[in-house]
Amino acid sequence: MRLETGSKFADPDAAYRLLVEAHRGLDAEASAALDAALVLVLANHIGDAEVFAAAIAAARAALD
Amino acid sequence: MSGKIGVGVANELFQFAYARHPDQGRAGPVHHPVVVVGAGPVGLTLAIGLAQRGLRVVLLDDSDRIGEGSRAICFSKRCLEVWDRLGAVGPILERGVVWQAGKVFLGEAQVYGFDLLPEGGHKMPAFINLQQYYAEAFLLERARQLPGIDIRWRNRVVGAVGRADHAEVTIETPEGVYGLTAEYLVACDGARSPIRGMVGAAFVGETFEDQFLIADVKMRAGFPTERWFWFDPPFHSGQSALLHKQPDDVWRIDLQLGREADPEVERQPERVRPRIERMLGHGDFTFEWISLYRFQCRRMERFVHGRILFAGDSAHQVSPFGARGANSGVEDAENLAWKLDLLLGGGAGGLLGSYDVERIQAAEDNILNSTRATDFIAPHNDYERRLRNVTLRLARGHAFAKRMVNAGRLSRPTPYDSPLSTADDDVWDAGPAPGMPMVDAPHGEGYLTDAFIAAGLGFTLLHWGGAPVCPAGVAAIDMGGVETVSAARYGAREGSAYLLRPDGYVAARFHAPTEGAVAAALARARGGVA
Repeated sequence: MRLETGSKFADPDAAYRLLVEAHRGLDAEASAALDAALVLVLANHIGDAEVFAAAIAAARAALD
Repeated sequence: MSGKIGVGVANELFQFAYARHPDQGRAGPVHHPVVVVGAGPVGLTLAIGLAQRGLRVVLLDDSDRIGEGSRAICFSKRCLEVWDRLGAVGPILERGVVWQAGKVFLGEAQVYGFDLLPEGGHKMPAFINLQQYYAEAFLLERARQLPGIDIRWRNRVVGAVGRADHAEVTIETPEGVYGLTAEYLVACDGARSPIRGMVGAAFVGETFEDQFLIADVKMRAGFPTERWFWFDPPFHSGQSALLHKQPDDVWRIDLQLGREADPEVERQPERVRPRIERMLGHGDFTFEWISLYRFQCRRMERFVHGRILFAGDSAHQVSPFGARGANSGVEDAENLAWKLDLLLGGGAGGLLGSYDVERIQAAEDNILNSTRATDFIAPHNDYERRLRNVTLRLARGHAFAKRMVNAGRLSRPTPYDSPLSTADDDVWDAGPAPGMPMVDAPHGEGYLTDAFIAAGLGFTLLHWGGAPVCPAGVAAIDMGGVETVSAARYGAREGSAYLLRPDGYVAARFHAPTEGAVAAALARARGGVA
């Protein structure tokens, strides 16, 4: 399995919005904790260490 | 504070004189079938649509001129198709700047480009840009060719009361006050609609905290006719910017100013000029218009208040990212015109409810999209700003993130989940489903939209092959064989048929139409089936 970075959501705006709304009303600490928990849940859903490592690399590259 | 604080050049293009109307001298209020309030793009579209169907319309406007300021500039394909049906699109297209492509930048680098109409075979372009005052002037020119439209300038509505079977309206003129009654009163009187206040209706939603500077500048420039949008550009650090061409060498510039900006200071031309100079890299321009906005997304709970109806900005308001304001107002007018025509001819009352149902769905769709875009452009908090910024960075390399970048989702007609639609019984591989607008395609020497106009702008049956199963009062368009572009766009087989409403929306479609099925779909689309 390879990391899929093509667009998969039928409505990407709605997916983005779900994330925004999940964080509304949280302070910075709670917001960061929610993201961390979300990453672990999604990582487990992927269930493939190689793909997860590629996802981490892609995300890190976006910080530069 | 919300709303516009304008300074700049007034475009006094079109000045009209007040004229006394004989109605003003009558002992009691004169009765009219339809009174439309507001001679903007929505009111004019509605008045022309009604007059074209042979109805008499009184069109009231509190002003005696059009043409001030910087308002709508992007008119959508759907809006142009409506104006084509009204016989008004020629000069609008000729004067407008046609465009369909755009670019989104992060800093100086392009994140992605887009093309809104990648396929051919459509009569109308994806968009034109045109100053609203030109659009209004051309619509007005068309309105004056139609004998049924009675335009009354400097007629300000100061009272409106909805009764069970009519509406009463009180009008103030330079020569005093008079009254009219109408079967239907349609308020196209803008976002600050006085009539909305008169019926006591709320207008609630979200006000965005960020302020935006909107400037129309006149200059010679070689930028392409594309919508260019920047996140965090070098010339306007940390904020967003938009550049878009209009006719007459006028360019629309939007600059995000943030929450703390002082509107009294920021609207001053000496304050705006260096901002624009940084963007353009030169000072060789003049201002046509400067205003500051805080955007709002809100709507009335319902648009039908007995015999008083609301259309356009009076009923719903959106932020400008997506060009969903004027375009959706024109679609309101298109939706209403044929329904009022049928209702005044004794048609079923369900039609009025369907205006509410369908256009509230459209307003919700427009508010949803405009809100999402505004939130992406002006994030609410640190988390959303960080999420937005990493999305932009990821978008440089990854397709999934490109599709999440939202600098405005440009206006498209909303599909209706409508009581007037008949659900599909057949399986369709392609084509607009019931509740969706007709799709244009090449047809004969011209386009299908031409054939639809030629067929008379009533209920129309598109049929592929054979003798049409066409109830009385429905026009038929022979679509020819099934090896055509139009057959592919409609997913049509030999014998297929689409029943179109007078506004071009699909009421029903069949692979093997029967007389009974088409007649039942027609009755439903005319509001006659619960």
